[in-house]
Amino acid sequence: MRKKIALLALVCVIANLKAQEYFPKNDGVHTSKSNFTVFKNAVIHTTPDTEIKNGTLIIQKGKIIAVGTSVSIPSNSVIVDLKGKHIYPSFIDPFTNFGVQKPKGKGGSPWSGNPQYGSSREGYYWNDHIRPETDALTHFKYNTKKAEEYIKEGFGVLHTHMPDGIVRGTGALIALNSHGTQGDRIISERSAQFFSFEKSKKSKQLYPTSLMGGIALLRQLYHDATWYQLGNVKNKDLTLEAFNKNKNLPQIFDAESRINGFRADKIGDQFNTQYILVGGGDEYARINEVKNTNAKYIIPLNFPEAYDVSDPFMANMLSLGDMRHWNQAPSNPSVLSKNNITFSFTTHNLKKITDLKSRIKKAIEYGLDKKTAIAALTTVPAKILGKSDLLGSIKKGSYANFLITKGELFSKENVIYENWVQGHKNVIHDMDIIDLTGKYDLTIAGKVYDLSISGKSSKPKAEIKLGDSKLGTKMTYTNDWISITFTDVDTTKTQFTRLISSVVEGVDLLKGKAILPNGLVSTFTAKKKEKVNKGKKENKATNHKEEKPEIVKVTYPNIGYGLAQLPLQEDMLFKNATVWTNETDGILKNTDVLIKNGKINAIGKNLNAGNAKVIDATEKHITAGIVDEHSHIAAAAINEAGHNSSAEVTIEDVISPDDINIYRNLAGGVTSIQILHGSANPIGGRSAILKLKWGENADNFLFPNAPKFIKFALGENVKQSNWQSFSRFPQSRMGVEQLYMDYFTRAKAYHKLKNSKKPYRKDVELETLAEILSGQRHISCHSYVQSEINMLMKVAEKFDFRINTFTHILEGYKVADKMVKHGVGGSTFSDWWAYKFEVNDAIPYNATIMHNQGVLTAINSDDPEMSRRLNQEAAKSIKYGGVSEEEALKFVTLNPAKLLHIDDRVGSIKVGKDADIVLWTDHPLSIYAKAEKTIIEGAVYFDLEKDKIMRKSIARERNKLSAMLLKAKNSGLKTQPAKKKEKQHFECETLETIN
Amino acid sequence: MKEIMYIILLMVFSVGKITAQQTPAKSQSETITIVGAIAHIGNGEVIENSSIVFEQGKIIAIGDRSAISVKGKVIDASGKHVYPGFIAPNSTLGLVEIGAVRATDDDSEIGTFNPHIRSIIAYNAESKIVESMRPNGVLIAQVTPRGGRISGTSSIVQLDAWNWEDAVLKMDDGIHINWPSIYKRGRWWLGEDAGYKPNKEYAKQVTELEDFINQSYATIQLNNPELEGDLPYLAMKGLFNGTKTLFVHVNSEKGIVDVINFSKKHSFRKVVLVGAYEGYKVADQLKKNNISVLITRTHSNPKLEDEDYDLPYKNAKLLMDKGVLVAIQNSGQMERANARNLPFQAGTVAAHGLDKEKALQLITGNSAKILGIDNFTGTLEIGKDATLFISIGDALDMRTNQLEKAFIQGREISLESHQTKLWKRYRDKYKTK
Repeated sequence: MRKKIALLALVCVIANLKAQEYFPKNDGVHTSKSNFTVFKNAVIHTTPDTEIKNGTLIIQKGKIIAVGTSVSIPSNSVIVDLKGKHIYPSFIDPFTNFGVQKPKGKGGSPWSGNPQYGSSREGYYWNDHIRPETDALTHFKYNTKKAEEYIKEGFGVLHTHMPDGIVRGTGALIALNSHGTQGDRIISERSAQFFSFEKSKKSKQLYPTSLMGGIALLRQLYHDATWYQLGNVKNKDLTLEAFNKNKNLPQIFDAESRINGFRADKIGDQFNTQYILVGGGDEYARINEVKNTNAKYIIPLNFPEAYDVSDPFMANMLSLGDMRHWNQAPSNPSVLSKNNITFSFTTHNLKKITDLKSRIKKAIEYGLDKKTAIAALTTVPAKILGKSDLLGSIKKGSYANFLITKGELFSKENVIYENWVQGHKNVIHDMDIIDLTGKYDLTIAGKVYDLSISGKSSKPKAEIKLGDSKLGTKMTYTNDWISITFTDVDTTKTQFTRLISSVVEGVDLLKGKAILPNGLVSTFTAKKKEKVNKGKKENKATNHKEEKPEIVKVTYPNIGYGLAQLPLQEDMLFKNATVWTNETDGILKNTDVLIKNGKINAIGKNLNAGNAKVIDATEKHITAGIVDEHSHIAAAAINEAGHNSSAEVTIEDVISPDDINIYRNLAGGVTSIQILHGSANPIGGRSAILKLKWGENADNFLFPNAPKFIKFALGENVKQSNWQSFSRFPQSRMGVEQLYMDYFTRAKAYHKLKNSKKPYRKDVELETLAEILSGQRHISCHSYVQSEINMLMKVAEKFDFRINTFTHILEGYKVADKMVKHGVGGSTFSDWWAYKFEVNDAIPYNATIMHNQGVLTAINSDDPEMSRRLNQEAAKSIKYGGVSEEEALKFVTLNPAKLLHIDDRVGSIKVGKDADIVLWTDHPLSIYAKAEKTIIEGAVYFDLEKDKIMRKSIARERNKLSAMLLKAKNSGLKTQPAKKKEKQHFECETLETIN
Repeated sequence: MKEIMYIILLMVFSVGKITAQQTPAKSQSETITIVGAIAHIGNGEVIENSSIVFEQGKIIAIGDRSAISVKGKVIDASGKHVYPGFIAPNSTLGLVEIGAVRATDDDSEIGTFNPHIRSIIAYNAESKIVESMRPNGVLIAQVTPRGGRISGTSSIVQLDAWNWEDAVLKMDDGIHINWPSIYKRGRWWLGEDAGYKPNKEYAKQVTELEDFINQSYATIQLNNPELEGDLPYLAMKGLFNGTKTLFVHVNSEKGIVDVINFSKKHSFRKVVLVGAYEGYKVADQLKKNNISVLITRTHSNPKLEDEDYDLPYKNAKLLMDKGVLVAIQNSGQMERANARNLPFQAGTVAAHGLDKEKALQLITGNSAKILGIDNFTGTLEIGKDATLFISIGDALDMRTNQLEKAFIQGREISLESHQTKLWKRYRDKYKTK
């Protein structure tokens, strides 16, 4: 007990020694801290690229005073000789929440009860998830225990923040100076502003419910902040004030994944902000796009544990994509480095901080240069945080934050001895420890034993033999004292001999006290034998022969059926096909189609191939590629349901180019789709129109110069009839009309103000609606019942515009005449009905009646399965109502292209149009037809024969990776159960929730 | 309160009035001969130029036109096609009218072991969905309860009846077990990974099922087990004496192997797998153990990212090629309304490699065998029910699936429906304009 008190007192004294000059001192007298500490004879790695041999480092008052080979040493110096040892700058983690508690959620689904639509704070922004005013420091409590963990790994400085909300406020830069006061430790109290796509746990405010809502919210925030800064807002908004104040700090965006990084970067581009992106560890799979962000990255080392594939049934659930990621993820840092992308490491997403070293070693094994690894822990994070003058390298003026190591960092034999932070020593492994390892002749009371000491010098193990008998031995070695306990030869007796001795450097003879089993006290000596190193050396030689890890190839996308190389545009001549032109030529038999430079070049008999590849299409059919007016594949979000209008969101922000449904749709002859927002609200979000260029990145999927669309919705979904939510207007069809009237009235006023050249607050939502009023944006409206269909047409007419498309439009047949008069098209299901009350009168003759009345009619999917056979759905119009085959095919090709205003490019086989065509094995409207080749702009994106080859290569690669996984398991590596990652399949009614 | 009830009742009745089903046809009074049609027998055979004679609801003659003399009323179907009525196994037709309206949903009961729950008494013969099956040739359905480990007892009905009692073709034909899943979905709303992971409860759930079966078996060994009143146990009786078929809803390979062993252990006479998505991997074992399959709907997406895009399209073929008895069922999203697309699901299997007549078996002859009704229906053979239809063309192709006439047990049924009525009504609306 007494000892403890003494220890405490000591700690206090030390603490007070470090107090600020002007702090009162009540526990003693002031002492000067002006002595120097000098480290001599070390290899000083001032930066990853520069080293000083036999260097001298001088520090004082927590800072580096001098570094070099010929520096003069002041007289009042404490000198440390580091002969043979190395000095490195200590590590910096630019992305942690060290000492800051993440708030716990309130639990429960945000949809349960009456969802919260409004914000819950006063004096702040209208959305609770925007919290730039958060100051990490006010939530910060220095966590000595946690600091210890970081210090042991070599960290000197951590960047911390409050990980809560979409805008998370400012972070602080903390030195791991457990001896110092808060004042000493805080290097910067406003070091950066943090962002994420995660909502705040402190509020249940519903908006945004989706990723695209989060993106739209951020965009609007930037507009609002500018507007506020210009002094146009009368009310106080502490959020916007803080946001404006934080603008010039480094902006760190926790993207969590490669693709969200791209999404964040795009927001930044719009507002002249270059975010520093916290990556997902999957950057390697689209490295060119990562490079194109021009962002600096903070990269986690979250390499997945090997999957346990020993149970083949479970292994079956594992996708090739996940298996590959296990194999490839350790190469992520190396790939980033080879592409000259500036990146820092972070311990973020590591289960244990102590995993850092092994992960970095693994990354090195997978091709990462050691110097780059060191830079990613030192100079780069310092630079990212704008603190290169103080941190990250060993130079005059920097903080005395450095490591003393046995050898080179990340080399096999290296040991970190000491980690100095702000001039304070943290001993991790005693560097002065005397190495006792070796063989000794141990003599006790005339008996001679063989003693061998092996293992780490700081934690040696002993083995004692008498002749051939091995005796049970235990050894401890602390503070230059060793004690050894060993058993008798006769192990049935509990008799021990105890030895104790102090250790003096440079002496090969240990001498000490021996307590014999009978209690008698004697002496012992242990004399070191000559070193025999032979065996060890051999061991080393074999160890060096380690195999280089095999890294499987990345494909685009990096999953099964991904492509090693994107398909190239080819010139092709299809000979002797039945060609469904969708033009006045109708259906042409025994006809050739020539495609050249991505366009349809000629249609006719006996065309000259020229250099084009000739494909025999005898008995086969060629049609324009299928266009799906209503799709929800290839998107990371579908519904922004947090408000009754979400015109500010766009699906273009959330394209998922890695969705296998894209490939499967191609296998069904689909070449273009419109990804519509869902139907959770009367005014939904903007659409994305894509060409299904499998393998491309999100941006390249977008239909070039596509017309602008927005989704509207009517009926049960928008009035939330089928789930428990009673607090959002509208709850009836009556309310839906008034909602539109209100929004369009406001949009009109907005438009007027904008055109008046007076200052106006940029409102993305109203701007979008104003585009509708001015005819620049088209509406595709989810609709079922005739009353509301009629209503929306009347609303549009009042505001002098036209609805472009009614999608679903299951009662279109009841108001087809009115639709024609209004000039709206219909995109419907072939035969869906009975799933809810408002589709009770849906009939499969709907398309036929609308078509016969002159409505421009299409058939859509709204479903990732049905979209694979839209040709069949079109053919149902022949059965239900007797539409001609030629017209029926147009329902899924030319007509939807017209509805989307892309028929100048696609939708028919016409010279000059894009070569987006399908070669079918059979009559394209028959149940027996299969797409044999699906071609977009002259490049073959699906090919039956290539598909077969890919199946085989997928099987082979799965097998190979399974073997590698098994090997990893057998080598004792930690594993995780095989599992299937689930992607949500979206339909109109899907309500997703972002965290 | 009374007033409200009255209004509700009035509403129900008035709605009922508008939506009443087509009047069921009267029994066959006159012998009918269909001549000249291409007759698809439903067992893989075709008669190119046929004659089919049926009387009092039964087929009395079928063969080459030249070999059979006409009798009674003659229908000339030259160049057209005749098929046995299509069969929709494992359906919830008549149990749910509007999916999203809970008041109309009668397809599942609470509880785990519900073999005593009988679908037939909830079967709504006047469902608007049921009548919409017929214009596509779907004339017979197995009405199956959902939910629980044992969902209950199904029955087989024909789709033109005044009430469930009239509709029944085979009462209480089978009991449906939902085999425990070897995978479990992460509960994302509790912060778990949304993907699939091993179901740790699997063994326990199988044991519970075994216990229930052992208890059932013990109970029925009593002299007068009915006196004990253990309804769930008693309901299992038919499985042990072979009067009921055991339908096990299972998809994974491991689950299927376990079901095979389970069936052997309990000596169930007739076992059918429903779903059996991965059954193709153990087709030989299914064949060897005489276990037939109602396969996962053809029109579905592959369940795993790396699977062949056409796996669901060809799945039935993979099993059939190995000699397993297979038919198509259509459970899943929007299963009732889409049950009328059964012929096109069979057609899709043909598109992906199966012979067309074999594909037809997937919704006729094979279905009847699997459901245990092949002794009186499912194919165009002498002595069997005259449940058949005439289509202008190939009924597995939506372009040509156009029914002219349909008969259930010889009765010529209406091919109208709520939907055709609306079609005509609005077609006429625009005509008169």
